[in-house]
Amino acid sequence: MSLRGKSYIMGAFEHPTRKATDKSVAQLHAECAIGALADAGLTKDDIDGYFCAGDAPGLGPLSMVDYMNLKVRHVDSTDVGGSSYQVAVGHATEAIAAGRCNVALITLAGRPRSEGMATGTAPRAGNPAQPDVQFEYPYAPTVVNMYAMCAARHMYEYGTTSEQLAWIKVAASHHAQHNPNAMLRDVVTVQDVVNSPMVSTPLHRLDCCVISDGGGALIVTSPEIAKTLKRPLVKVIGVGEAPKGQMGGMVDLTYSGARFSGKAAFDMAGVKPSDMKFAAIYDSFTITVLMQLEDLGFCEKGQGGKFVSDGNLISGVGKLPFNTDGGGLCNNHPSNRGGITKIIEAVRQLRGEAHPAVQVKNCDLAIAHGTGGSLGSRHGSSTVILERE
Amino acid sequence: MADRIAGFSETNPETQAFWDAAKEGKFLIKKCTACGKSHWYPRAICPFCMSEKTEWVQASGRGKIYSYSHMARANPPFTIAYVTLAEGPTMMTNIVDTDAAKLKIGADVKLVFKPSEKEYPVPMFTAA
Repeated sequence: MSLRGKSYIMGAFEHPTRKATDKSVAQLHAECAIGALADAGLTKDDIDGYFCAGDAPGLGPLSMVDYMNLKVRHVDSTDVGGSSYQVAVGHATEAIAAGRCNVALITLAGRPRSEGMATGTAPRAGNPAQPDVQFEYPYAPTVVNMYAMCAARHMYEYGTTSEQLAWIKVAASHHAQHNPNAMLRDVVTVQDVVNSPMVSTPLHRLDCCVISDGGGALIVTSPEIAKTLKRPLVKVIGVGEAPKGQMGGMVDLTYSGARFSGKAAFDMAGVKPSDMKFAAIYDSFTITVLMQLEDLGFCEKGQGGKFVSDGNLISGVGKLPFNTDGGGLCNNHPSNRGGITKIIEAVRQLRGEAHPAVQVKNCDLAIAHGTGGSLGSRHGSSTVILERE
Repeated sequence: MADRIAGFSETNPETQAFWDAAKEGKFLIKKCTACGKSHWYPRAICPFCMSEKTEWVQASGRGKIYSYSHMARANPPFTIAYVTLAEGPTMMTNIVDTDAAKLKIGADVKLVFKPSEKEYPVPMFTAA
């Protein structure tokens, strides 16, 4: 059974906060749920499925279901880091298609900024039972140095340059200038990026995403319920997920799981990368975007540097408008997990509700792709393809 | 500037022999006698064929840099790397006692054990 068209995203909400010193994490999750329900025109009692990931406080979904006092008949708390929310859309679609729920709520929230978390640069010991930890923690792997090793290898294999990577930040900043909630609204140049302080060779400070508090939520419904609502119909036509790791020591940092999750999603949807009018691509770092664009098939492997250059990702300028909210690089990376905000901006674009300065004309097909965990060691990869009906 | 003292997690029954050997200056990897392949990080069960017939073998300690990243702003600065061992597998490690500006992907490196915060030294690499 294909999942194509078995669900619709009818509610989408991005929390406007970027620093929430006065709120709890559970409260932020619930505020996002309120926002998405209001957007969809549904109420709490309509929810019969709940989906969350590791940012939800408590054991799996249990504490948040209890906090919001939901009465649900299906739950899923698959945690693959920032890619969890694309996975949740896929799993919600499966559950809806199987009759396990009709109205699925997905929430994400967190406050790493308020908590002063050194998200990218601090090594974390992790759970000693995790089998890789004793062979990696001694070397101080951090978020940034792991992605940096992917960038270094990409440069070595394909001649990719820091200037090419910088174009990705430049494009994001062009979009963020129109987003009043974005953390970084100043337009930057390639020179600004390559002249910013080196954090972990070859990645500069401006190759990195922001650290922000906040969250987001989605309402995914059955086709029957979607058609009773007053919102534009955003149909889920393709989903895919694929973890990738070190392959027993056959480490290959030149590609990501997007090679597999993207193919699965495109095959299900019956469309191809060149059909996409808009691309929401996980942007923890500039290199994340470049590798995923290649792996999803927007260009040949190794040609990502050329593809992103000269404003090709800027809405109204280039061929593939991406992350028109400013993305994680400039707008928002709530709870250090950028998957859900990718889906939210794709929904805005398909509804025609993006900022007029960045709205893509006749936007009827979009991709929202997530990466979670560490691209340099083991990561989740998940792809959602959406169609405006 | 003083070297960074490596953190250390915990050993377990599956890996104790590796760390006991490290204390004696021996660098072991796991090889599967069923499929003949070496792997990293060491497991009791082969990640290629799922055979339980894996054995510890002493590695040469020679390898090449697969990728690396230097964090000059860390205190103290350090270089993380993946090194591809002569035996085949690629492992996460640090490059030490080497000028970071002179590092190159593909360069030859050799094993050196460095102390950790616990009783076990950890395998790192330096320019060969």
